[in-house]
Amino acid sequence: MIARILATAANEFHIARRNRWVLIAVLLMVVFSLVLSAAGSAPTGALGADRLSVVVASLTSLSVYLVPLVALLMSFDAVAGEVERGTLPLLLTYPVARWEVLAGKLVAHTAILIVAILAGYGAAAVVTIVADPTATSGLVALWRLTWTSALLGATFLGIGYALSSLARRVSGAAGLAIGLWLGLVVLYDLGLLAAVVADDGGAFTTRVFPLALLANPADAFRLFNLTASQATAVAAGVGGAANAIPQWQSLLSVAIWPLISLVLAALAFRKVEP
Amino acid sequence: MKDKLMTSTLTISQLTKTFGGVKALTDVSLSVAPGERVALLGHNGAGKSTLMKIILGLIPADDGKVSVCGAEPGNAEARAHVAYLPENAAFHSALTGLEQITYYMRLRNQNTSGAMGLLDRVGLGHAAKRRIGTYSKGMRQRVGLAQALIGQPRLLVLDEPTSGLDPVSRRDFYELLDGLAADGAAILLSSHALTEVEARTDQLLILSGGRLVAEGTLSELRREAALPVSMQLHPVNGYDADIMATFPDAIRVNSALHLTCLQDEKLAVLARISALEGKLSDVEVIPPSLEDIYSHFSRRDGQ
Ligand SMILES: Nc1ncnc2c1ncn2[C@@H]1O[C@H](COP(=O)(O)OP(=O)(O)OP(=O)(O)O)[C@@H](O)[C@H]1O
Ligand SMILES: [Mg+2]
Repeated sequence: MIARILATAANEFHIARRNRWVLIAVLLMVVFSLVLSAAGSAPTGALGADRLSVVVASLTSLSVYLVPLVALLMSFDAVAGEVERGTLPLLLTYPVARWEVLAGKLVAHTAILIVAILAGYGAAAVVTIVADPTATSGLVALWRLTWTSALLGATFLGIGYALSSLARRVSGAAGLAIGLWLGLVVLYDLGLLAAVVADDGGAFTTRVFPLALLANPADAFRLFNLTASQATAVAAGVGGAANAIPQWQSLLSVAIWPLISLVLAALAFRKVEP
Repeated sequence: MKDKLMTSTLTISQLTKTFGGVKALTDVSLSVAPGERVALLGHNGAGKSTLMKIILGLIPADDGKVSVCGAEPGNAEARAHVAYLPENAAFHSALTGLEQITYYMRLRNQNTSGAMGLLDRVGLGHAAKRRIGTYSKGMRQRVGLAQALIGQPRLLVLDEPTSGLDPVSRRDFYELLDGLAADGAAILLSSHALTEVEARTDQLLILSGGRLVAEGTLSELRREAALPVSMQLHPVNGYDADIMATFPDAIRVNSALHLTCLQDEKLAVLARISALEGKLSDVEVIPPSLEDIYSHFSRRDGQ
């Protein structure tokens, strides 16, 4: 079992390397992280937080968009691509379970994401600490951001596999992935904000709103990092609600979402007829 | 027959499969014993690929029983012993041949040090480290063959294995098959190339419109079809009229006379021909060709 998962992972890694996905993911993360750490380190001192913690807060806002995007881009082709290329029937005649195939892909793609995240955040940390050696106190927050980003990435990889299985066509899967990204990461928050404003402190804001935040893996990720680093004030928008939600709840959501999305992916893949 | 069923690697009985309204397979029964090479023939859309996909468990049957190495098609036990070559075998173009074969070997729990040897066996050694995207059609087909050879499969299901191969590679391929069959593998292959199948397989199955319309060795099928034998008579100059008088049904084709008769009349006709000794310069007996036999069976159902 483990051998077959690792074999699939090695195979996917070859493919991702040839398709330049490793390079693209790393470059995206590094470039954006560096830009943010340069921009984010300007307004400091007044908040009482060290520079790195401030950078981590802006990296959190970046990752909430970028990590899901990169994960979806890497995963939307996973099943639909095999169906369209005609490689799936042969693969499924091998003594390998479908979930093992997905697990292998997940291992490879998550590893690539982790490399990209480490490269991006690492670059930001180096730049910040070189500029201000006392910023090392923010490393705890950076570490927290790193592993939660990996979990967020895994969640969206699983969602990508599920969409890829449902669409069965690469073009359809790409459309679904982009739509889902826009929906979960961009429109969801806008919708919530609009509702909160319209509700003006009513039942929606106190009851539904926190649950709605926890239900969305991207929001839960942001909440957890912002409450944990107590840099809430630095972040605008939805971050303001973070105070109202206990940290363990957002942690639970961050930890559980990868499992949910992988189960969804496995179920969707099982329905694919080669 | 019972004995054969007991020891068969593959046994299918009364298999039926319908796609929407299309009857792809109707009441198909067959068996393949260890060491036996069986060729599946049939026109486009006859149901050959569908039958193979059911054997592999890729698509479910509507009705009937399939037993693969004593197991249900597609379960782990069956998959461990069956190799498949799909028609139009496709691979990820970004991988090299060696990487692709190595991956498949690892899935079958084989030692990957044999990957290069396997590629050499199908004549791909020189291109092993190139991307499959740069391969020709025949080279991709050989990657497909190489993966079907991994780990002594007990049953090989090969869908048009020689399509895209040049004549020399086809011969090499059938030699590979002979070796596998000699080691006890059961082989089921489909093909449109009748002549190569005729010489290189033990048993022919003809599917037509989803039904198994003929089954047997070539000589059995030839006997069963009982197609007319044709003969070509070459008269010595001036004796045409004598010969036409003996065989009024003969048709003149250029300088020769063309004659057909039924299988069981053949010897009698030949006796009459030998009575014409001196008036004939040559006689050719042309048995029904494999194409004739094939179209006889596959047309029977109105195809
Ligand atoms: N997935 C499917 N959905 C609907 N009909 C199908 C499907 N697969 C096969 N068929 C139909 O089943 C019949 C048998 O097809 P099959 O592919 O088995 O033919 P074949 O004998 O392999 O032909 P060829 O020599 O062209 O490869 C055809 O009429 C085909 O249209
Ligand atoms: Mg076919």
